[in-house]
Amino acid sequence: MAAPILIFPSLFLALNTGGAGRAIDLPGFPAVDGFLDFQIAAALMQSTMMGGLTGGIALAMDIETGFSDRLMLSPISRFSMVLGRLAGAIVLGMLSGIYFLAVALIFGASIQSGVLGALLIIAMAGLSAAAFGGVAAALAIRTGRVSSTQGVFPLVFVLIFFSTAFFPENLLLEPAQTIAAWNPFSFIVDGVRNPVISEMSAGPIGEGLLATFGVMAFGIALSALALRSRLRSGG
Amino acid sequence: MSAAAAELRTVALLSRRALNEIVRVPGAAIPGVLAPTIFMLGLTAAFGNLILLPGFGTDDYMSFLVPVSMMQGAGFSGAATGVNLARDIEQGWFDRLLASPASRRSLLAGLVVSASLRALLPASFVFCVGLAFGVTWPGLLGLAIAIPVVMLTAAVASCWGAMIALRFKSQSAAPLMQSAMFMLVLFTPSYAPQELLTGWLQDVARYNPLSQTLEAIRQGFIGDVSWAETWPGLLAVAALAAVLSVFALRGMQRMAD
Repeated sequence: MAAPILIFPSLFLALNTGGAGRAIDLPGFPAVDGFLDFQIAAALMQSTMMGGLTGGIALAMDIETGFSDRLMLSPISRFSMVLGRLAGAIVLGMLSGIYFLAVALIFGASIQSGVLGALLIIAMAGLSAAAFGGVAAALAIRTGRVSSTQGVFPLVFVLIFFSTAFFPENLLLEPAQTIAAWNPFSFIVDGVRNPVISEMSAGPIGEGLLATFGVMAFGIALSALALRSRLRSGG
Repeated sequence: MSAAAAELRTVALLSRRALNEIVRVPGAAIPGVLAPTIFMLGLTAAFGNLILLPGFGTDDYMSFLVPVSMMQGAGFSGAATGVNLARDIEQGWFDRLLASPASRRSLLAGLVVSASLRALLPASFVFCVGLAFGVTWPGLLGLAIAIPVVMLTAAVASCWGAMIALRFKSQSAAPLMQSAMFMLVLFTPSYAPQELLTGWLQDVARYNPLSQTLEAIRQGFIGDVSWAETWPGLLAVAALAAVLSVFALRGMQRMAD
């Protein structure tokens, strides 16, 4: 479980920072103290996305092994089963936020907006984990298969690459630049990045929160529909 | 039949058995082909403007990145061979092979040859996708160097995978096989030339044997091919394969004892 949530994003963080660190000298790159400051939000969001997907895979495993059928027969609200998983995702996301902020500080990054900004980042990490977890849960309930849910892993990377996670929008190549301008993941990652690289500003943080709640609502709605469909079909 | 001919036949049969998996379970080969392709396209989209940095040395980032993805594909192919060996150990099939009169080295060679051949699948796919996106044609000489070096990289990965499989005897060791190769391939001048890397990665890449290997594959894609750029890469990957094969053979011997 630690591999997709902490180890892989940490490896990518190390690789991106060392491999593309000179990018901050490019004309048009936002003013930052170092490339690590810019990358930390990307690693954190990658982690929460992977965390959400891992939760979805666990749910699919419960469905495959029949454990969720036994839960369905028990006298608890069906939707609370999904919400319980999302609550777990929030906690994992927040822990991941603390971990990556610690990594950032240890390796010389600075949080420009201070303690308040750091707390906001941790809260946004938890919310985004729930948002991605909701979409993954919907997929797990809809397909009921671990392999199908795992099959989304490449899509996670497509979403990340074609967003502003790794590079600023004005320096992305086309068509990534156009896709990133509309990709909700760009808004979320920019919202988390804002307190790291500057004083907190309402614009990017507000857009980030709006995108997070949008993805969360989408995920919960899809989960509800998938759950209803599964209960109707008896499968 | 002479002993050498019998060994070669064993190697050929074991390689064929391993390669049959691609035909019988094509889905198992998809991640190893898809992942390097997604990385190549995604990293180009994200970091493509790094070529604007003074001293980058090429005007096409994807040409710079294609060799990395070919090596990544080789790494995945080799690691997959290790995972398959772990599965054979779990299911008891490998015990039967060890009890057969086949030599240990032919058992290992079967794995290594199959991984080297299997690596051609992701390498060809990545190369063709790259060409479709306008990557520089490396020339026949560039390809003639790139292909065997990619195959040797897969041999290194398969020896590593075999070593780990023989040590842990479980498919659950798969992340160790894959992540080590991931690091070995990417902790090189993969994103930018050596002089433009920063911090610790600059030092790690300088001493990583696969850095020379990457430069040998890359030379045709970003410039002229020379023997001076080729031999260090060939030597590094061949030496790494030789050292790891010794460890893998010792692992087999220990398992048989």
